[in-house]
Amino acid sequence: MRRWGPAAVLFAGGLAVWEAAVRIFNIKGFILPAPTAIAAAFEAEASDLFEAGWSTFTTALAGLAAGSAAAVLVSLAAARWRFIRDGAVPFAVAANSTPIIVLAPIANSWFGILSPAGSIFVVAVLVFFPVMINMVRGLLSADASQMELLDSYAARRGTVLRKLQLPTSGPYLFSAMKVAAALSLIGAIVKEFFGGPQARLGQYITTKAGLLQFEEAWAAIALASAFGMALYLLVVWIERRAIPWHISVRRA
Amino acid sequence: MSAGGRRVLAFLGILTVFVLLWEGYKWMGVTAGGVWPGTSIELPVRTNERSMPHVWDILFALFRPARRGGDLLLWVLLRAALFTWRSALLGFAFGSLVGFGLGVMFVRSPLAERGLMPYVVASQTVPILAIAPILVVWAGRLSVPRWVVVAVISAYLAFFPVAINTLRGLRSPQAEASELMTSYAASPRQVLWKLQAPAALPYLFPALKIAATAAVIGAIVGELPASMPDGLGRAILNFASAFSAAPAKLFASILVASLLGIVFVGAVAGAERAVVPQSMRLDAAETPAAVQEATA
Amino acid sequence: MTAVRLSGVDMVFNPGTGQEVKALAGIDLAVGQGEFVSLIGPSGCGKSTMLRLIGDLISPTVGAVAVNGKTPSAARIDRDYGMVFQSATLLEWRKIRANVELPLEIMETDKGERRERAEAMLELVGLADFADHYPWQLSGGMQQRVSIARALAFEPSILLMDEPFGALDEMTRERMQAELLRIWSETRTTVVFVTHSIPEAVFLSNRVVIMSPRPGRITRAVDIDLPQPRNRETREDQRFFELLTSVRDGLRAVEDM
Repeated sequence: MRRWGPAAVLFAGGLAVWEAAVRIFNIKGFILPAPTAIAAAFEAEASDLFEAGWSTFTTALAGLAAGSAAAVLVSLAAARWRFIRDGAVPFAVAANSTPIIVLAPIANSWFGILSPAGSIFVVAVLVFFPVMINMVRGLLSADASQMELLDSYAARRGTVLRKLQLPTSGPYLFSAMKVAAALSLIGAIVKEFFGGPQARLGQYITTKAGLLQFEEAWAAIALASAFGMALYLLVVWIERRAIPWHISVRRA
Repeated sequence: MSAGGRRVLAFLGILTVFVLLWEGYKWMGVTAGGVWPGTSIELPVRTNERSMPHVWDILFALFRPARRGGDLLLWVLLRAALFTWRSALLGFAFGSLVGFGLGVMFVRSPLAERGLMPYVVASQTVPILAIAPILVVWAGRLSVPRWVVVAVISAYLAFFPVAINTLRGLRSPQAEASELMTSYAASPRQVLWKLQAPAALPYLFPALKIAATAAVIGAIVGELPASMPDGLGRAILNFASAFSAAPAKLFASILVASLLGIVFVGAVAGAERAVVPQSMRLDAAETPAAVQEATA
Repeated sequence: MTAVRLSGVDMVFNPGTGQEVKALAGIDLAVGQGEFVSLIGPSGCGKSTMLRLIGDLISPTVGAVAVNGKTPSAARIDRDYGMVFQSATLLEWRKIRANVELPLEIMETDKGERRERAEAMLELVGLADFADHYPWQLSGGMQQRVSIARALAFEPSILLMDEPFGALDEMTRERMQAELLRIWSETRTTVVFVTHSIPEAVFLSNRVVIMSPRPGRITRAVDIDLPQPRNRETREDQRFFELLTSVRDGLRAVEDM
């Protein structure tokens, strides 16, 4: 309660001020709808919203899982073979500075505009590079002295990987995964701006905004935030169990 | 061979592998009739000219007229990229200035940090890219020029990493260096410009690189609902709708969009090389997770 | 005239909280102009705290500190003293010359004079040839000499040195000590020097002040009557050994308390 108290109070206070401002200054709905109006829209549209939200959420989750898994595999190879590392890391850094989301129209044409595979593909690519860059770094972050210690035991490469490199990479992986969690949901939504089936959050938001139905659009955003938070908490939950020894977890 | 040379070679190696995979997959699909060889399982991505043009076709498309009798596609796309980059640059510059200003304010006044930092962090929980369509339509109703909205979206994405890393950088000098300045009775302004700001530069640049990418993404995504006919975002949408007729054009425009990001970040990296001595440069990955989270 | 005077100084960190630490109690010390005084004692005896009190980096809980007859903060604003820390604390983005010029820039000395002064100081510490190098290109001992040059650049009347040679190897350390004595005799600066090395304190000082921990107190002062100039032979002098013994006995007495 002490941890979440101030944030909750701030949130509730913010909503109250927002509501009051809209009422007192008689702000038009198309400029800023009141929280109660958004809540009403949410209730009225609940079934449509949840259908759209759930589809977007599951594609984001699938993309996150696929992209991270691929990133971890490539990282293991990059940590093992220097040539791969020398090529893959600068490549990833370059790829990370491109607006990867523009792959969306290609994904639409490859996998069909109605197929969730396109969204999963874009999210996976989006997530891949940051996770890979961090994971490679993590795998190589073990102290020279720790490496020498294992060398002095004549440990095999696989043993060094399992006993030293994988554990040290844990915190790096999870900090990247937290970034990726938020990235994946927003990525899935923005991908849908480039076209896709109607029953998706991205399409829902553009359509409603285009029709000037801002209450509905904001309701969709609120739902997206909730789903994004859920993804983030999922990663944190896994992190707590995977690396309970790490300081970032201990302090929490 | 030097480390730099080896890296360039390895980079080109990876690029070659990509091209070979692309062309190899395509060749496999074409010869086996769109299934995995020896099976009847369909390939996940079709390999016809429409779905996967040859790599060279994509490159050639750049040097053919975009439409009959018109300019080369390359020029059309570069013009669009320049237009998009202007919004991105505006957002980048504005966002970075705000971010740097916040960092300086926070290091000067713990009170300001305690009071404002929660809002700075909270600002990033608003998925600005997802809200882009609302903002754009909204601005249209308020008759705010659309490029302003696009720049604001870019700035909103850019300011946070800069603010966080500036603060970290300004705080990075060791305690003895600050005591040294105290022993000289240096004014707060002298401490800022002679000690803290130079020490912050290595932290600032990785954040600026993130901000540059974020600004480009913000500009492109902001253009989608803005129906601004001149930008790269719109060009991509147009070529996407004309995809079945000329698939290579879409791929070419995506290539140019990627190059825009790389060139922008490359320019920031160039400035970094000019300003920050080699021994002080930080790896991009040393950027704190909080900052990376911000760009999500 | 006394350069530094501490009278009845108590220093308590985090007073009134659970983590209250009494660092110094009842400190009385006077350092005369041109004197070289070393503070020696086991870790936690408050010797660095004392230096920081003189340097106005912290203020005493009880008692008074005077530097050149002024409050420490007035002395700081008048730039009466220069500080040298255990680490050289060079700004890594500045070349050696620019590092030495730093205090002069802050004091808004004009450019020509700044340049001249920096050059003279680098000459004094024997690093004139390294003016255009970056700090990382110099060894630890050389970096520490730069930081001494920097402290002397604005000709402060007092040097406050906090274990400046603590991180150096024994050979470099002895060379630096000889160097420091030469600079001291040329500039006639007052020096307050914190160390935990007995030979270093004896070799350098006019007076060695021995301190005891928890809370930090001055238990004894040993006058060092070795003749000047001191050099390699000094270290083999019978009197040098006697003084080492006497300081060591003083420190042992502290341990036995």
